[in-house]
Amino acid sequence: MTTLRENTVVRDERAVDAAIPKPKPTRRTPLTWLRGGGLWNLLFLLPMIVVFAVFSWSPIVQSVIMSLQKTNLITSHWVGLDNYIAVLTDPLLGEAVINTLWFAVLAMIFGFPVPLFMAVLMSEVRRGKGLYSALAYLPVVIPPVVAVLLWKFFYSADDNGVFNTILGFVGIPAQPWIQDAVQAMPSLVLEATWAGAGGSIIIYLAALLGVPPELYDAAEVDGASIWRKVWHVTLPQMRGILFIMLILQVIATAQVFLEPFLFTGGGPAGATRTILLYIYDKAFRNSLGGAYGEATAVSVLLAIALALLSWLYFRLTNRWSSS
Amino acid sequence: MSIATERRGLRRAKRLADAQGDRTIVSDYDRRRRGVRIGMRATHVFLFVALIVAGLGPILWLMKAAVTSTQDTLQQPFALWPNGIDWANLSTAWNDIGISLYFWNTIVIALGAWFFQLFIATTAGYGLSVLRPKYAPILDGLVLATLFIPGIVLLVPLYLTIVNPPLVGQSMLNNYLAVWLPMAANAFNILLVKRFFDALPREVFEAARTDGAGPVRLFWSIVLPMSKPILGVVSVFAIIAAWKDYLWPMLVLPDPAVQPLSVRLPAVQSQTELDVFLAALAIATLIPIAMFLAFQSVFLRSAGLGGAVKG
Repeated sequence: MTTLRENTVVRDERAVDAAIPKPKPTRRTPLTWLRGGGLWNLLFLLPMIVVFAVFSWSPIVQSVIMSLQKTNLITSHWVGLDNYIAVLTDPLLGEAVINTLWFAVLAMIFGFPVPLFMAVLMSEVRRGKGLYSALAYLPVVIPPVVAVLLWKFFYSADDNGVFNTILGFVGIPAQPWIQDAVQAMPSLVLEATWAGAGGSIIIYLAALLGVPPELYDAAEVDGASIWRKVWHVTLPQMRGILFIMLILQVIATAQVFLEPFLFTGGGPAGATRTILLYIYDKAFRNSLGGAYGEATAVSVLLAIALALLSWLYFRLTNRWSSS
Repeated sequence: MSIATERRGLRRAKRLADAQGDRTIVSDYDRRRRGVRIGMRATHVFLFVALIVAGLGPILWLMKAAVTSTQDTLQQPFALWPNGIDWANLSTAWNDIGISLYFWNTIVIALGAWFFQLFIATTAGYGLSVLRPKYAPILDGLVLATLFIPGIVLLVPLYLTIVNPPLVGQSMLNNYLAVWLPMAANAFNILLVKRFFDALPREVFEAARTDGAGPVRLFWSIVLPMSKPILGVVSVFAIIAAWKDYLWPMLVLPDPAVQPLSVRLPAVQSQTELDVFLAALAIATLIPIAMFLAFQSVFLRSAGLGGAVKG
């Protein structure tokens, strides 16, 4: 079906080309370029080219250059790999990497199964699906800063704190939440999961619709129970989207900033200082001008790690779709 | 997988599901069994309670706390106004801590971000998909490549670009263009729009050209009106992203008078009384929630599309 469609498109394009009276393309001169609409093409593409050149392509190149330089905004000189050596030998970066990995692992434990579970249940109910989707998506709509500040209040370590009051209803003693070095990170992940689950649920709901119904029929003929259908039909059919969501989640959690910055500022005792917070501290915490070179060196390393992850993801998805 | 095929796939799946009466994991036969019927009822109750508590609960609590005095909120967070409703919080937040100004700033930032993102995405999508000059594939590649570079790499060099921009000669700090333009360099939007334009029927363009429509006319009167669904999706993405953004506006808008709510709320927290602060938080959520309720289907479609494109 796809090939057929592509053929039509190609043919149509040829027809369009034929319809435009073009001068014989013997020699391309500025005049033929102008007559062929070249100026209009350029005018339409120019805004994009300028914006990308200034705010995307050149900063990407600059970040590699800056990571090899020492800069104070006015002058800069080459220092080779000094910035990289400085950050890689900094124990604070090691701590930040471990904290970020811990966040990612916790997010995988809490954040990954919950939306999937909810989506499977929601796809089974026949009434109120629209209402459930809207309710599930509502937290995604709340501005993240508001959500974090609100949850920060919920996490009050006081006996009368909102969450501690709820724990009190079921007889659990008050918890210190984000004020405790051990509980801080899980608390951050809990909020992040709440804030992000709605989006994943909507994506899983769409993916569940794509499971071929014949497979369920076939499984029933073989006498499969509901649980066996979930385990042997639904989950294997969702394998692709699950893996994509997993990679996307890892890429997102590697860049987590808002939660640790606003909840704890990296504390208590550095327990929630993530890689992005480390970069921010290096570049912007000191008002006299930051260690821009070292900050970009960490950014470049992080980008390479994430690019490797994306590459791995493409390799794997390609192999799966070809087999 | 392209969006078009994905969407067609989903539509096909939906049609099939409709034809077979919503065939999902639990079959009609299953549903007639007693245990399953009780299970389904329990599922309904669980979903209803869980989603009300987790989805609506925090918002309702915030709305309640916005009109409750600090003492009551601190001592009995779940009591409903034991000492009366404190409406004054809202007006204090709006007038005395300047939420009205930051609210306005947020709207200006969101509208500008919306305009620039839509402008760049549609002109670029049109240029790359419909006009398609010889160098288009190179631009395609360059734009796509930026999708794989995480935004964080750009943070420091982009900041230095704003402090010392090329050709302008003076710093763009505290200028809204410093927020709008980097947001407009969004490869994801261009990809979405370009793929949509790719799927538009070429016969229509051909007919318009035969009738003498130039490239601008074709863009404005044919391509854009045919693309309302995708323009809605990009608009939702753009406005929500601008409303949510925190780190970047905090860096490039150091002057409090031009900062949006997301940047000001954490900053004013320490000098603001709790009840007024919670009222300010409530005000900051109003517009996004109102937008969601008004354009629910566009939001949910955008969310689903996010997954389809990333896949």
